[in-house]
Amino acid sequence: MSPYEAILLTIITASTPLLLAAIGELVVERSGVLNLGIEGMMVMGAVCGFVAAHVTGSAWIGVIAAVLAGIATSLLFGLLTQTLITNQVATGLAITLLGLGLSGLIGSGFVGLPGVKLANVSIPWLSDLPFVGRLVFGQDPLVYISILLTVGVAYALKYTRVGLIIRAVGQNHDSAHALGYRVVAVRYACIAFGGATSGLAGAYLSLVYTPQWIENMTAGRGWIALALVVFSTWLPARLAMGAYLFGGVWILGLYAQAMGVGIPSQLLSSLPYVATILALVIISTNRRLSVINTPASLGQGFVPDR
Amino acid sequence: MKKLLTAAASIALVSALSISAVAADKLKVGFIYIGPPGDHGWTYQHDQGRKAIDARLGDQVDTVFVENVPEGPDAERTITRLARQGAGLIFTTSFGYMDPTLNVAAKFPNVKFEHATGYKRADNLSTYAARFYEGRYVIGQIAAQVSETGVAGYIGSFPIPEVVRGINAFLLGAQTINPDFKLKVVWVNSWFDPGREADAAKVLISQGADIITQHTDSTAAVQVAEEQGVKAFGQASDMAAFAPNALLTSIIDNWDDYYVERTQAVLDGTWESMDTFGGMDSNMVNMGPFINMPADVKAMAQATTAAITEGKLHPFAGPVYKQDGSVGVPEGETLGGFGLVGMDWYVQGVDDQL
Repeated sequence: MSPYEAILLTIITASTPLLLAAIGELVVERSGVLNLGIEGMMVMGAVCGFVAAHVTGSAWIGVIAAVLAGIATSLLFGLLTQTLITNQVATGLAITLLGLGLSGLIGSGFVGLPGVKLANVSIPWLSDLPFVGRLVFGQDPLVYISILLTVGVAYALKYTRVGLIIRAVGQNHDSAHALGYRVVAVRYACIAFGGATSGLAGAYLSLVYTPQWIENMTAGRGWIALALVVFSTWLPARLAMGAYLFGGVWILGLYAQAMGVGIPSQLLSSLPYVATILALVIISTNRRLSVINTPASLGQGFVPDR
Repeated sequence: MKKLLTAAASIALVSALSISAVAADKLKVGFIYIGPPGDHGWTYQHDQGRKAIDARLGDQVDTVFVENVPEGPDAERTITRLARQGAGLIFTTSFGYMDPTLNVAAKFPNVKFEHATGYKRADNLSTYAARFYEGRYVIGQIAAQVSETGVAGYIGSFPIPEVVRGINAFLLGAQTINPDFKLKVVWVNSWFDPGREADAAKVLISQGADIITQHTDSTAAVQVAEEQGVKAFGQASDMAAFAPNALLTSIIDNWDDYYVERTQAVLDGTWESMDTFGGMDSNMVNMGPFINMPADVKAMAQATTAAITEGKLHPFAGPVYKQDGSVGVPEGETLGGFGLVGMDWYVQGVDDQL
């Protein structure tokens, strides 16, 4: 394996969980809901994915369990914020705390046990091609899923009726309601979608990235995903770019250190954040476009007036 | 994020304290952890020490712990709360708790404090640390014997003296076998982030390192080594289960005896503020089983371990040269005292800058 190939492979692994978690949150926020519980949903996905895979021996069952765990956690958020109209910020934070605590409890008997790694895709002949083989045709399945999801979300939001409804609900829930759309139901569906991808992101950590269960193994990635959504001005293409830029600068920083470039490691560690902010600020300078994409009802609860 | 962690810590604190609120006349011993006890590394071993107190002195002592406490001002609040809740002895188990512990100790003169790996003391504040560098020297020798590329990768957390000392000892050990041995250092600026530790391991391996060692708290790096077919060392606890083919040995922290001894001292009223820097001789640093290596390398590692334990060998015995070629430790002298505790320079041959 050439060094460049190794660099690119590591970058993809580092970026995929961010992209998975962020693409779901993008849909959630487009529907006008601010879910700060990504970290909690992710870590629930990570622990349930690990436990299911460890017990059954099948990584795919682990992935499914992770998705279900993410959805279940997100529906709790949905119940609180959509049906009981609690404050979305506070509820999201509570979901994160709950997820971190509950995952520790669920996983307490599974610390230090060997995990099951989700096998990489292997296509005869294609995966053996030099350089592009492993890079394009030999990734783990979740990498492809993350890319398909991003493309799918971008297409659905822009060109489909469902996307239009989601955006309408996020822009002005009163108007959407007046038009006869079921605002709360649409938001529930979006929240569940966000839970599913956050669960997948968690599964990526405990079944691919580092196949084991360690408490708090998300280590703040949910918050980075959340920031990426806002900085991408709610556009999937920019989101994917931001996630890969973040992962790329982070990994290149490690390479720079390993090669003995005399840059302080603290500076290198902060570079991914600086670079992502700079890049997204520069591409968001078109204010008109940014304002159009910002969901106007973001974070507001909706109570039908009748 | 920090606020959240604090909130999480406070919740953990409240629940931990409510469990132990029974039996008020027993001595309460508190622990502050930087990570979760489930990290299978640094915090795990401290928690083993806490359990040793429970096992040996359980009829006279109650133990409580607060996990995932961030270093800095938030730690001060958590330590204060433990002291206010009636803890008579508090162990704060990470370097970054140094100033918070010192501040709280000043406010609670009747509570005894023990801070791990720091150097600031008071009448009611002891410090303790282990000479992990002794183990690093041994694994450095093993690395140089086993490595085919002559390059090892070292994953660092933060460039503090304790970590720098470990890097230096590792390379000094390796240089006794192969004077040209190369060491690549990558800092992840975190004690605990399994994903980043794994990234760093992958990066180092792709740069030619066929030995991975780390001064971070999780098992992620040894797992990557296992996956990519290179060798690795366990840190803080025996990590053989995570890398049955890759692991050569582990440096194991053993706080059990120290914790029990200090708790007993408080019970007896003989506790005094002091500085403990225990090594292999006092059983604070143990080596795990030597596996996945030829018999002669194993014999060498055992001989080195024995020599250090008996005090015949000191990793920082002069002459030791600094990175720029100047003398770090003159011939005939052995580094000790603050020169050792506050080490802020690399030895010759480290491929990194502080």
